[in-house]
Amino acid sequence: MTLTVNDVKRIADLAYIEINESEAKETLIQLSGIFNLIETMQAVDASTVEPMSHAQSVVQRLREDEVTETDQRELCQSIAPQVEAGLYLVPQVIE
Amino acid sequence: MQWEIVIGLEVHTQLSTRSKIFSGASTAYGAPPNTQACVIDLALPGVLPVLNKGAVERAIKLGLSVGAKINSPSIFARKNYFYPDLPKGYQISQYELPVVQGGSIQIQVDGVEKNIRLTRAHLEEDAGKSLHEDFHGMSGIDLNRAGTPLLEIVSEPDMRSSAEAVAYAKTLHALVRWIGICDGNMQEGSFRCDANVSVRPRGMEKLGTRCEIKNLNSFRFLEKAIDFEARRQIEILEDGGTIRQETRLYDANKDETRTMRTKEDANDYRYFPDPDLLPLEIPQHWIDRIKHTLPELPQVRRDRYVSEFALSAYDASALTSSRETADYFEATVTQLPAQAKLCANWIMGEISGQLNKEGIEIAACPINPEQLAALLARISDGTISGKAAKTVFESMWNGELDKNVDAIIAAKGLKQISDDSAIEKLVDQVLAANAQQVADYRNGKEKAFNSLIGQIMKATQGKANPAQVNAMLKKKLAE
Repeated sequence: MTLTVNDVKRIADLAYIEINESEAKETLIQLSGIFNLIETMQAVDASTVEPMSHAQSVVQRLREDEVTETDQRELCQSIAPQVEAGLYLVPQVIE
Repeated sequence: MQWEIVIGLEVHTQLSTRSKIFSGASTAYGAPPNTQACVIDLALPGVLPVLNKGAVERAIKLGLSVGAKINSPSIFARKNYFYPDLPKGYQISQYELPVVQGGSIQIQVDGVEKNIRLTRAHLEEDAGKSLHEDFHGMSGIDLNRAGTPLLEIVSEPDMRSSAEAVAYAKTLHALVRWIGICDGNMQEGSFRCDANVSVRPRGMEKLGTRCEIKNLNSFRFLEKAIDFEARRQIEILEDGGTIRQETRLYDANKDETRTMRTKEDANDYRYFPDPDLLPLEIPQHWIDRIKHTLPELPQVRRDRYVSEFALSAYDASALTSSRETADYFEATVTQLPAQAKLCANWIMGEISGQLNKEGIEIAACPINPEQLAALLARISDGTISGKAAKTVFESMWNGELDKNVDAIIAAKGLKQISDDSAIEKLVDQVLAANAQQVADYRNGKEKAFNSLIGQIMKATQGKANPAQVNAMLKKKLAE
């Protein structure tokens, strides 16, 4: 797969990363390198290998459905930059 | 051209666990902002999710109820997107190997049965809530809802009309409440629908380009949004245009859908297995144990009501619309096994009407099944007429005389006159006093008969057994 500078800009846009022209060109080189690596790996026939979902062969431990956490709002909000009426305030984002 | 509408639904059901899916914070609705958002829900550095057994159990329950495959192992994945009410920057969801795969749900539209296939149902966490008003240009974030367990139930594109989509949503809604995995409260967002809608020329195999309508939180909006969207797409195609794949929002005030984002702007969610969560193993003995705790399912009960009590499919469906209603019916009919139809009529008529009027659930019905059965027994043994029974019902509802049926009948003098000689005497009296109408009837004026019946009923304040009065009057007039 051949990547273009426009692809890099679009990926940056989706990732909410601000990027200038020279950074885009530099990133294109690095990303293309990664794509080449992926292409090399894809040449390996893995059709008989079961996909691995986790590096360790252990299974998920489960919790009983019980409320164990108490209200720590004051403590948690003590490190927040801005709070009001119990809410965390952030720069406005409307989808 | 004849168009065919094709609909698939994605339903987010909020699971009725006490605690969140990956943390021990409470899921109770309506708490002050951020008082139920612990460090895991806030995604502070270094925290790890631990899966709630209750959430998995509820997903398995649904899977068993719809005849689906339960995947083991089942895998959790990160769905990456950026939004302030999602503090981790990703939602923990499932992509490959969801807990529930396949299955189907039986729906009925206008008496016709139809099978709707399910694609899958997967576990995921809900996001928080953003408030955009009143914060001097800032957004306020409440993370109480963040981490609430959801089961997203995805159907195949098997529905062909808004009526079928609504029937499916209602059947699913009844099912999740029936098996006790979701409270179904649509106002509080416990049951939310997204609809995928496309149209194609009738007879064509290939699906048209679809649009997804997000967040429909009532059955009425679901129906209206689909109808609007299908009309919109047909108009575009008939004008020679093409449909753009996009996500749309339904505006209930204007009764229309409008673009939220197009496919080009869509996020690439970059799904990958969540390294913080290990594969979920669901051993067969766990599935078997859950199977034993499942109640008799609505579909099974419905069929049983038809075969065991000779009720119509319509009655049986109405009675199994909720487990509470079905249990109420069964408790009533146990007392009066020969009068299933009478029990069904009263539960769907008087009881349900009165409950609706007062906005209460059947579980809080002031008349219990035993009391209703006692009342119905007095109709079936001829002690009171159906009309008088309604008066007794009202008194019972209002708690008069300890809801004792016989005491109320006696106190109100509602006992039906069924004694033949008493009725004969009454009929004779009325005939003697209305010689003109008797003559009219005998001269062929049919209406005079009803007028005479009316007079007799009036003379007894409606207490005479109508069937007997009718027969007696006919006999006397024929003499």
